[in-house]
Amino acid sequence: MSEVKNRPLHVETKQDVTILFAGDSGDGMQLTGTQFSETTAILGNDLNTFPNYPAEIRAPAGTLAGVSGFQVQFGSKEIFTPGDKIDVLVAMNAAALKANLKFLKEGKIIIANVDGFDEKNLQLANCKTNPLTDGSLTKYHVYAIEIGKLTRMALEGTGLGTKEIDRSKNMFVLGLLFWLYNRPLDYTIKSIREKFKKKPEIAEANIKALQAGYSYGDATEIFTTRYEVRKAQLPAGTYRHIMGNQATAYGLIAASKKSGLPLFLGSYPITPASDILHELSKHKNFGVKTFQAEDEIAAMCAAIGAAYGGHLAATSTSGPGMDLKEEAIGLAVSLELPIVIIDVQRGGPSTGLPTKTEQSDLLMAMFGRHGESPVPIIAANSPADCFNAVFEAARLAVEFMTPVICLTDGYIANGAEPWRFPTTSELPDFKVKFAAPRNPNDPPFLPYKRKENGAREWAIPGTKGLEHRVGGLEKQHETGNISYDGENHELMTKLRAEKVEKIANAIPLQTIDNGTTKGKLLVLGWGSTYGSIKTAVRDLRDEGYDVSHAHLTYLNPFPKNLGELIYNFDKVLIPELNMGQLSRLIREKFLVPAVQFNKVQGMPFTVSELKEKIIATLNQKEK
Amino acid sequence: MSALDLQGNGKHMDLPVLTPKDFVSEQEVRWCPGCGDYSILKQVQAVLPELGVPRENIVFVSGIGCSSRFPYYMETFGIHSIHGRAAAIATGLKVARPDLDVWIVGGDGDLLSIGGNHMLHLLRRNLNVNVLLFNNEIYGLTKGQYSPTSPTGFVTKSSPYGTVDYPINPLAFALGAGGTFIARTMDRDVKHLREMLKRAHAHKGTSFLEIYQNCVIFNDGAFEDFTGKDVKAENDLFLEHGKPLVFGKNNDKGIKLFGLKPIVVDLTLPNVSKDDLWIHDEHDRTKADILTRFFDEPGSEHYMPRPFGVFYSEARFCYEDALIDQIQHATEKGEGDLDALLRGKETWTVA
Repeated sequence: MSEVKNRPLHVETKQDVTILFAGDSGDGMQLTGTQFSETTAILGNDLNTFPNYPAEIRAPAGTLAGVSGFQVQFGSKEIFTPGDKIDVLVAMNAAALKANLKFLKEGKIIIANVDGFDEKNLQLANCKTNPLTDGSLTKYHVYAIEIGKLTRMALEGTGLGTKEIDRSKNMFVLGLLFWLYNRPLDYTIKSIREKFKKKPEIAEANIKALQAGYSYGDATEIFTTRYEVRKAQLPAGTYRHIMGNQATAYGLIAASKKSGLPLFLGSYPITPASDILHELSKHKNFGVKTFQAEDEIAAMCAAIGAAYGGHLAATSTSGPGMDLKEEAIGLAVSLELPIVIIDVQRGGPSTGLPTKTEQSDLLMAMFGRHGESPVPIIAANSPADCFNAVFEAARLAVEFMTPVICLTDGYIANGAEPWRFPTTSELPDFKVKFAAPRNPNDPPFLPYKRKENGAREWAIPGTKGLEHRVGGLEKQHETGNISYDGENHELMTKLRAEKVEKIANAIPLQTIDNGTTKGKLLVLGWGSTYGSIKTAVRDLRDEGYDVSHAHLTYLNPFPKNLGELIYNFDKVLIPELNMGQLSRLIREKFLVPAVQFNKVQGMPFTVSELKEKIIATLNQKEK
Repeated sequence: MSALDLQGNGKHMDLPVLTPKDFVSEQEVRWCPGCGDYSILKQVQAVLPELGVPRENIVFVSGIGCSSRFPYYMETFGIHSIHGRAAAIATGLKVARPDLDVWIVGGDGDLLSIGGNHMLHLLRRNLNVNVLLFNNEIYGLTKGQYSPTSPTGFVTKSSPYGTVDYPINPLAFALGAGGTFIARTMDRDVKHLREMLKRAHAHKGTSFLEIYQNCVIFNDGAFEDFTGKDVKAENDLFLEHGKPLVFGKNNDKGIKLFGLKPIVVDLTLPNVSKDDLWIHDEHDRTKADILTRFFDEPGSEHYMPRPFGVFYSEARFCYEDALIDQIQHATEKGEGDLDALLRGKETWTVA
């Protein structure tokens, strides 16, 4: 690093900071944001991230449609959301600035790449004048830096072409941000070396650009303040950085270990779920069998085949894939085989918003199959919680011999946070006992004879004396033989439903996450809205409002005490990233006039909009 | 009880000798009287005891259709699943449990229409399973609509003016999809059927066996030209590896190749010798391709006899073996440590 001259630098301590890295989808903003977050996590800040990118791999460069963003909020207090509004907007071009300026707090920082504001870029972003020079940004601190040019200068003589050099400009920005927030470069240097193991010249160029950015912050006099964000007071323990889909994959591997069953994943690539398939396909040393099927239907059907053979079977997908799997899920309901079905929800209907988040598959998970076809549902509430949710889904699936749907969504699947990971010994065992072999003189095997919890035995091929047939046709109670008898069908329908209801005995009671067990208003959430609701309720309780928060993991069946818990409040408010799906279920089940709060903009709730709604609901007089 | 040397390693395992009756389940068979399925069921039950596979290791997987009821009638493991998906379910099962002997049973609608995509991918992946395609050129269970193998112009409930669909050629499809074992037989020739079942089972990889099966209710006599006693010899060509292509009542006709063009020659003519004929080679992919094209209706202008037997067989790696090899290779370097995985590369501790 170059010599640094001493100059008076003001160091300001911040409790929390939100940065948005924004650029073209080819500018490497996701990588930049991820690197910043990982280093920040290791330093001991709490954080939460939100990657927001277009559906096209390379949307037209320079346009508003092509803007890719990575938002991270980090702090010295507990952080549950990626932040409503941003403190630092990194804009690699005019479109990135234009698309995101509305999220920037007044008086806060813009770091703009001047080279991305040339005539062509301004035109592509539909800017009549250059915002960096036309006086429109006077409300902000603008640092207009020739990032492209400075990167080229730094990498002069490396022998790399201009195109390759320009690709390193994100590392220059990252270096600068590392300087501004006083973070070390070593973690990123290590990751760059690993990433470009086979192209050391590219690795060195990126490292050089990173260091140049850092030195630029140090040397240039335009920055008069550096920021400090102290370590967060998190619960004691050892932490790591984790992304949602990664946690889902790990949850399945852990469930495989703890059940003693080999893991099989049948999957077909789909945004935003593919990373589960990618991650699991790496871990063959755990005996994981991943099968990239020819389509969504085959992925589900292959999982059924693997479950029939005695594996811990799973399939991962998103909304359109769920549509296609539903018939086969119905078969799994009828066969009563354990399968974990992971739906990483995204905006719909149809192809909808592939890269944007939504919670709109709940009713589909609940009712999406023909006939009476109940399926247990579990939802993850944060990136790290994906691990717990899928582990629990696997436990219930094998214990109750049923498919279980595990709902996550694009927001938490791609988001990241620190994770106080469990050790193997902390995770519960759920070792599986298959049906035992039988002798010719034993009474005939009854494949649909039920245990006390309503589940049938798992009778796998290769077991002597258990030869039997299963199928999608209605079957006779206990014998499993085909039966078209009406009364038997009603009995079997009830037995399948009762089995799912009995799961309520095997799951924890619902607790209040924050607040009191009685009061004026309960905010009831599920899934990925956890962080925003938690933050809003925490803030409002600090301000003296009578509001409490409960968050559902188990959506079918509900925890046994949920009704009682709701009845203890004057009102219940249900915020959801859909048009009111949990609200319907709660109203129908508990006959309470739940107040809805809905948003389907492909974005999570902001804390401020939740606070506003909570206050309005508290203030609304009963009619 | 008698001792069988199943593994061929001299170690005798005590296994009860099974008879066809041991493979008959208690379920009452509910196909229409006279249905070709009865014959196929009987021959499968006859062949299984000869294969030396323990009964509990055999799984029949089917989709939906008349023939898909098959698993219920077999005293083995079985799944009667949903329409078209047998191949996909069998794939998952075989990947999970390569030790099992997996049979896929289905009709032309189930395996080639709604399940056509899965069949395509099963064939190219070459899982070690056996596919029995019961081809009757009609939808029977839904009471008589044309199927993807029905001939153009066929009048059915859903095609009162005749179909305008061009039919699929199942064996050409299977070969095109990268199948490694392609064969055809018929319900009425039980000896040939048994032999083909054994050949299909012996092949390591996906064995695709098309069985001409008569639907007595909705398409009776569809294959009469090939299965009828009087016409069979003239219209059929029975393939045998290493033998010349000869057919006809008196074995008096042969097939000769001119370049890639097959022609029928009269063996009774003085200047024609059996030595000049096309010698069947199961491992010749190009010749197998030509044989699958012997697909015209009898009586048509360039009619070539319809071949029965093994068109093609090829030794190629199976998907499940390759996958398990990868896992073994990865595990050799050290079995996965869950704690190390959860911990990851970088951690920090909060006191």
